[in-house]
Amino acid sequence: MSWRWGDRLVLVAAWTVGISLCVIAAAIVLYMGYRGIEYLRPGLIFSRPSADQAGSGGFLDPLLGTIILTVIGIVLAIPLALSSAVWITEYGRPSWLARVVESSIEIVAGTPDIVIAIFGLAIFQTSLFAPFSFTAEGGGVYGNSFIAAGAMMSLLALPPIYTATRDGLQAVPGHQREAAFALGKTRITTIRRVLLPSVRSNIATGATLGISRIIGSTAIVLLLLGSTLRIEAQGSFPGINVLRGTGSSLTSYIYENSPAGEGGAPQKAYAAAFLLLIFVLLLNLLVDRIGRAHADSSGLAPIGAVV
Amino acid sequence: MIERLRKPWPDHRAERLLGAVSLLITAGVVAMVVFVASRAWPLFEHNGVSWVFGGGDFEAEVNRMTAATTNPAAAVFHLRAWPLIYGTLITSAIAVVLGLTIAVLSSVFIVELAPARVRRIVIPMVRLLASVPSVIYGLIGILVLVPFVSNNLVTTHEKVSLQSTVQLTGGGLGVTAVILTIMITPIMIALICEALSSVPPSWREGAVALGLNPLRAVRAVTLKAIRPAIVAAAVLATARAIGEAVMIQMVSGGKTFIPRPGDGVAFFFEPLRTLASAIVDYRDGLNSPALGAAVYGFALLLLFSAFALSITGYLVKLPLRKYQTRG
Repeated sequence: MSWRWGDRLVLVAAWTVGISLCVIAAAIVLYMGYRGIEYLRPGLIFSRPSADQAGSGGFLDPLLGTIILTVIGIVLAIPLALSSAVWITEYGRPSWLARVVESSIEIVAGTPDIVIAIFGLAIFQTSLFAPFSFTAEGGGVYGNSFIAAGAMMSLLALPPIYTATRDGLQAVPGHQREAAFALGKTRITTIRRVLLPSVRSNIATGATLGISRIIGSTAIVLLLLGSTLRIEAQGSFPGINVLRGTGSSLTSYIYENSPAGEGGAPQKAYAAAFLLLIFVLLLNLLVDRIGRAHADSSGLAPIGAVV
Repeated sequence: MIERLRKPWPDHRAERLLGAVSLLITAGVVAMVVFVASRAWPLFEHNGVSWVFGGGDFEAEVNRMTAATTNPAAAVFHLRAWPLIYGTLITSAIAVVLGLTIAVLSSVFIVELAPARVRRIVIPMVRLLASVPSVIYGLIGILVLVPFVSNNLVTTHEKVSLQSTVQLTGGGLGVTAVILTIMITPIMIALICEALSSVPPSWREGAVALGLNPLRAVRAVTLKAIRPAIVAAAVLATARAIGEAVMIQMVSGGKTFIPRPGDGVAFFFEPLRTLASAIVDYRDGLNSPALGAAVYGFALLLLFSAFALSITGYLVKLPLRKYQTRG
């Protein structure tokens, strides 16, 4: 085999690049693991942040904040995404309207996180939405609350759930629908009883990808959740007062504790970052598991699901 | 009434309900543009479109805006934000060009060259890189790479000679471009891999049968065939790159400055600011009339750029459809 040395160079380059990517990925995980194990103590997970970050105090509040945001985001995103996916694949009349909806979801998917955060502020700082967030005495609406941030998080999670559900619905063979129609079922009943149950794993994949995007987003939290480290409730109605209040999430906690924020405690930042990375890796594994349980026809689809 | 709701719904009612919910999303997108544009209007009112050009002292203008809290005079709104646009363009350009090369090479590696065992390791690694949150990239950047650059790569001579213009703290164009490349490459690898594996293998086999070695066959046939996918990947990656805010804010040096190629190697160590990182930097000033309008203006520009890139990506992907076996 006599290859020109130009081709040999490309071969070497391709191998180098491929292996380097693995090395970089491994380096990131190993370094975060090393720092995380150095600084992460179980006490940190279960104690609340103190006013003085250099001292004691952990990240229970940011952890709760991340969970609250994820729940709100997914609860809002799933009905929207499922309705759109079902409407577009099963109904979709008139077709120009279907194209408009599909393009809107693609636009939402392509909007940078920071612009979604700005949009959230633009909406929630109007007096129309004042009950949903922190309002100062003089009537200035701050627009920062879990509700505001959660609502914007749902926009982040919407495209993955929509795409996964739509692809799943399109992959259901036509004879399943036809069998249901032959039995006299209406379209909506076949959707409820036949189609949606069969795309359960797609919905789960999409939701997991959405959760992954939500817990990794920092820009929305920084702009829509304020820079308090503890959860501050607003008002006295139990439950809703936390949602209306401000707080932090793991991502904003990492940011505030790094030199870019207040900077006092990089060790806490490393510990929180390690925790966050573990969550993301677990979610990745979950997507893999779900994907493998319902094997796809195209072999490299799992990589495509990342986008 | 409740009886009507409890009986199985007729299709037309379900169709209308689902359609209405779906249109909520479109309404949301329209609302996004309208709300952001209305908040950004004062910037355009006082500057026209020329706020994207250069010429003023950006930091001084921002300070003036921050100081004027109520009913500012018209002169306060004057802004020339070219440094931000330059920063966005140059970081994205470097990241996309580097990333595209790396992505094409890696995709060829993953799909054509790697043995199955290696492939089983590389694919999860790429997926991992894609799912690391940007704040963790920023953390590693600011706690590891920036001190490394500051202590080992920036010479004292460079620091001293540029002292009058700008402080070289390690964070800047180099670190930003490197981390941004690592962040956007996995997206491109995903798209290009998918396209590579959709090209019918008989095309490549035909080239090999005609005497090309396997690598050349890939170059001559497959890569040319997936040109739309490569362009789509580049477009998607550019949209991601210009929108990256938090990571860039953490490692870019915190000063609005246009890196000067004339400074030699120090070009890569000079700080910069991008549109997105400026939004994060000035997020506390969103309630003030002048600075708020400016920041919303940056967001509007980012939004329209993302729109334009989205449309371009869609248009470019259309020819790709004929290669895909599904969807």
